Amino acid sequence: MDIEKIKKDFPILLSVKPHGKRLSYLDNAATTQKPIEVIKTMDKYYEELNANVYRSPHYLSVLSTQAYEEARERVKKFINAKRQESIIFTRNTTESINFIAYTWGMKHIKEGDEILLTIAEHHSNILPWQMVADAKGAKLKYVYLDENFRLSMKDFKEKISEKVKLVAVQHMSNVLGIINPVEEITEIVHKYGAKVLVDGAQSVPHMKVDLQKINCDFFAFSGHKMLGPMGIGVLYIKEDILEDIPPFLRGGEMIDEVYEDHSTFAPPPLKFEAGTPNVEGAYVLVSAIDYLEEIGVDNIYDHETKLLKYGLKKIGELDFVKMYGPKDAKDRGGIISFNVEGVHPHDVATILDEEGVAVRSGHHCCQPLMRYLGVPATVRASFYLYNDFEDIDVLVEGLKKVRKWFK
Amino acid sequence: MRDLNQLYSEVIMEHYENSPHRKELKDATHKERGHNPLCGDDITLYLKMNGDIIEDASFTGHGCAISQASTSMMIDLIKGKDKKEALRLVQEFIDMIYKKDVNLDELGDAQVLQGVSDFPARIKCALLAWKTLQEML
Repeated sequence: MDIEKIKKDFPILLSVKPHGKRLSYLDNAATTQKPIEVIKTMDKYYEELNANVYRSPHYLSVLSTQAYEEARERVKKFINAKRQESIIFTRNTTESINFIAYTWGMKHIKEGDEILLTIAEHHSNILPWQMVADAKGAKLKYVYLDENFRLSMKDFKEKISEKVKLVAVQHMSNVLGIINPVEEITEIVHKYGAKVLVDGAQSVPHMKVDLQKINCDFFAFSGHKMLGPMGIGVLYIKEDILEDIPPFLRGGEMIDEVYEDHSTFAPPPLKFEAGTPNVEGAYVLVSAIDYLEEIGVDNIYDHETKLLKYGLKKIGELDFVKMYGPKDAKDRGGIISFNVEGVHPHDVATILDEEGVAVRSGHHCCQPLMRYLGVPATVRASFYLYNDFEDIDVLVEGLKKVRKWFK
Repeated sequence: MRDLNQLYSEVIMEHYENSPHRKELKDATHKERGHNPLCGDDITLYLKMNGDIIEDASFTGHGCAISQASTSMMIDLIKGKDKKEALRLVQEFIDMIYKKDVNLDELGDAQVLQGVSDFPARIKCALLAWKTLQEML
């Protein structure tokens, strides 16, 4: 991978100089920058294709409908789903998970049932299930981590039981970077007749995801974390349960026939996409997928592993910095969470910002995990294909400056 | 001009690291928690009111240097004042942070937080204690 060449594809990385410094964008777990091809495709949609989909017989509408359906097919292939109907466009991962909570969850979770989560889940994979549990009198249970900050499969095996109706688990942690063994988890959960939802927000942009291998029932991810635009996300529902799931939102586009007092619905996926969808977003997402596949998702993963190893080594040499996460780079994405001893993460992030380093500080929408780790917040550096060793060097120099300010 | 020296000045660091007001007030008449849910700054303010007079005040909690120093400086400023005067000073401080013209000398040590107004991402840290006090009074 030629990182210098890749960087040139991302106008923002070269044109923006925070406080006069070179931009080291290390906040990729929050959102990613967009290559010029993706930015151009946004214009192209409105210059050449824009019309509402499915409704009208005119030339443009046919073009936009084709583009939208091609996007569905492209996403289907990208994550290796079996059928197009399994791909539902949403706003983002949060909406995708809420979709399943409000539809499948409210229909199937009953009093006394259990929903099993992991302690490292993002709030978007906790709050919807708290809502279902509250409404239905079900119980939430959490799987905790082992001593190396990885999901404890021992704890998981102790907590899975006939009472569990759903296991909702992230594929990759947005704080610790750990990649959970979702194939193994799914295999075990299915033996108990329960369903599995995988939050793929952090995995899909950074590693090859094959839903035939994972075999989960629901899978969710966001376009903006994978070089695509904000406002487009994906929900995958396994083909054999599509018919069992009621509509989430109701209105235009999702109907078959509407009478004064009742209606029948269109077949999936339209049944699940009420209202004018984000056609532009789906169309532009395709250009992001094209870009990722041209570079090669496996190559991106390998590159990030190199950055991760380098970062773990360099940051590990600073005796005033404590890192949270496994000590090794195996089965781990390019995310490093840490704290500078005695300094609040916001102060760290502000001082790093002066050096042009963009990191996130805070709880990363993972308050239960922060509490479990015993910290109010952390600093997080997260990598992507356009990052290089220099970004990490600037980060490390910045951390030394933090130590100078806060002795 | 935006300057880290202003953000992490000696006065601010002194209030952050060695605030005399960081303690629980056993005989407090008012107690209120203030927090910035998005960043995790979390303080609890204690007031001992005698009629309209703030006889004593203190705070506990955790957060960034700006939020903690700002809380300590505010307590310096409002201790012994009556409710009306304290609320006026709180408004002065908020106005200062939003770059309005104010009489800086009235704000004591807290005037050094003027530099925060050049760091938009940190304004909520500086305002946390003051907004919390506004709600309490």
